[in-house]
Amino acid sequence: MEALVSQALYGISYGLLLFMLAAGLTLIFSMMGVLNFAHASFYMLGAYVAYQISSWLGFWPALVLAPLALFFLGAAVERWGLRRVHKWGHLPELLFTFGLSYIIVELVQVIWGRAAVAYRVPPELDGPVRWLQRYDITFPEYRMFMMAVAVAILIALWLILTRTRIGLVIQAALTHPHQVEALGHNVPRVFMLVFGGGCALAGLAGVVGGNAFVTEPAMASTVGAIVFVVIVVGGMGSLAGAFIASLAIGLLESFGKVSDWSVAKLATSIGLVVDAGTPGYDVLKLTLSQVAPVLPYLVLVLILIVRPKGLLGTRED
Amino acid sequence: MIGATSMLAFKPINLGRWVVWGLTAVLFLLLPAYFNKGFSLTLLSQMGVTIIFALSYNMLLGQSGMLSFGHAVYSGLGAFFAIHALRWIGAGTLIWPTSLLPLIGGAAGALFGMLFGYLTTRRAGTPFAMITLGIGEMVFAASLMFPGFFGGEGGITADRAVGAPFLGIPGITFGPQVQVYYLIAVWCFASIVAMYALTQTPLGRIANAVRDNPERAEFIGYNPQRVRWLMLILSGFFAGIAGALAAINFEIVSAENVSAIRSGGVLLAAFIGGAAFFFGPILGAVVFVFFAVALSEYTKAWQLYLGVFFVLLVLFAPGGLASLILMNLRVLKFRKFGRLRDPYLGVLLSALALAFGTVLVIELMYHVTLDVGQGPSIRLFGMIFDTSRAPAWTFAGVMIFGAATAFEFYRRRFRQQWHDVQREIEDWVRDNP
Repeated sequence: MEALVSQALYGISYGLLLFMLAAGLTLIFSMMGVLNFAHASFYMLGAYVAYQISSWLGFWPALVLAPLALFFLGAAVERWGLRRVHKWGHLPELLFTFGLSYIIVELVQVIWGRAAVAYRVPPELDGPVRWLQRYDITFPEYRMFMMAVAVAILIALWLILTRTRIGLVIQAALTHPHQVEALGHNVPRVFMLVFGGGCALAGLAGVVGGNAFVTEPAMASTVGAIVFVVIVVGGMGSLAGAFIASLAIGLLESFGKVSDWSVAKLATSIGLVVDAGTPGYDVLKLTLSQVAPVLPYLVLVLILIVRPKGLLGTRED
Repeated sequence: MIGATSMLAFKPINLGRWVVWGLTAVLFLLLPAYFNKGFSLTLLSQMGVTIIFALSYNMLLGQSGMLSFGHAVYSGLGAFFAIHALRWIGAGTLIWPTSLLPLIGGAAGALFGMLFGYLTTRRAGTPFAMITLGIGEMVFAASLMFPGFFGGEGGITADRAVGAPFLGIPGITFGPQVQVYYLIAVWCFASIVAMYALTQTPLGRIANAVRDNPERAEFIGYNPQRVRWLMLILSGFFAGIAGALAAINFEIVSAENVSAIRSGGVLLAAFIGGAAFFFGPILGAVVFVFFAVALSEYTKAWQLYLGVFFVLLVLFAPGGLASLILMNLRVLKFRKFGRLRDPYLGVLLSALALAFGTVLVIELMYHVTLDVGQGPSIRLFGMIFDTSRAPAWTFAGVMIFGAATAFEFYRRRFRQQWHDVQREIEDWVRDNP
């Protein structure tokens, strides 16, 4: 039971981290129609910048400064890159961000080298959560902090989108950009802010995720594909769908990783004989922990067969 | 070449087209006479394989408007089936000529195109792109899970010279590289012809319609989903051919063959060449292999240069190299190139200097972060730079600053002239239809 709770907590904290990434990506996508291929690269940059700042000033200033730096970087990318290709349609925009992801991963290697950097959890948060230990559950304090940051961001995002003027303009520009422009709002600037904001979110995810996992040049590609799965499964452009999908995939990963369940084992337990001679034994003997890396993609395939729009998606393309 | 002639000349017997195809064949035939060293032959063989792969990719991107991030799945799985077939040939359990191995690869590619394509082509546009990425990651993750078929980290190796001699001629066993080159060249030429022919068929045409306006294609009675699926199956077939040829060429296939790196690479190749033109990806494949094979011999930062090159093309020439060539040919044809010559010279020279300075800084930085153990000095462009002292960095900085200033100056002049010339040509074309 204790192990179960702790696994669930691991899954939820990973899922919330995924959601921080997916939220920025979804916001940018539903607003501008641009799939930001470099989103995970900004996540990686967030981790590296935070590592650099924390080696100078400590972790807490990095928690604020790194997302801020990513905000300006994202806004600059939109202003001088994306806006230029916007007139040619969505394909060149997507390709531009794709090329950007190539450049960012190489630049990171030029500046910080090819090996993982020693970006560590701050000493204040290094240890298990004490009140959970009373129930025999060991769960790192830093993971708890990660969850708190994600939930705080979630609430802040919701408040900004529904309770502020700029949030209303963003919501209106989602569906009727021309109308909003006609009312006198600077829609390109709103785009720039949204893109910068999405990148800052990705950067923040990098700041809190980089030391929970590993800060290395491969971190963008490992998380990038999963975030895309989250977006498609949740439904393109749906924040609520992305939230559900992030948690589902986070839990799936954390439970999948520790389970030694396999088809062969199940068949044996109900009395069937499954051994090396059985056809397809290579597939049947695989345990859930061995197939864990494929699980999110299997979910993707399943969703595509059952509900091509995604869980809460409304748009076709 | 091919695209240009077919656009400029519409005659019952298209002489230009025969000349272009004939010259291409002769070029393929004669290339090894000049590039007969081991390295350049390998380079040519890889270019041939990449040309097929990039063209098959462009059947999706350029002709059907499908941006795929998982095309290596089809070439990679084709390669795995081909290399297993090659092993069976060696073991004597399969009787099949080595020269026709690409058919096995192609069949495997088409089969998996049928399977995965059924899922991916249910959506178009951006979701298609993301789903192909997901499928690609899935196949890559699965490939590490079944070491029996995929060979795990080490991959599967085979000996390409095990089959019976080609047409019974002794000595032609595809052992020597030059024989492999000719095998690739023949398959490459045949594939180019076949893929070009496909663009002229009703399916090829309706694929263009589905790319441009799926709703209208649906109105005239075609199911866009089905058209996309068919194109993906055919594209998977040619990708499988490319994969099998790569398997013969390298005699090893590993999980890397189905990875996102390969999928991204073929996208870069097709786009750099120009996805809107049939011959664009051929050009792109040549440039890409040059970056990936030739340049990677000299620098660790080749992917950075490739990425920057790609982004610059997306920003300033989204039609790729092919569009650049055709636009300049048009200027030449209208005899207005003289006015562009001086601005061109200024822009190109200052861009060259700017590139030189930037490359210098990147190489110096790379040396500092990665090759610390090899001492502070580095040899670049025939000069020795000491990364631990200021002069090397100052030199690079001054170089970049000066070149950037000059570039900006010439860029403005060039831009002005270029727009003027283009407007004059367009006016003339409009007035003289």
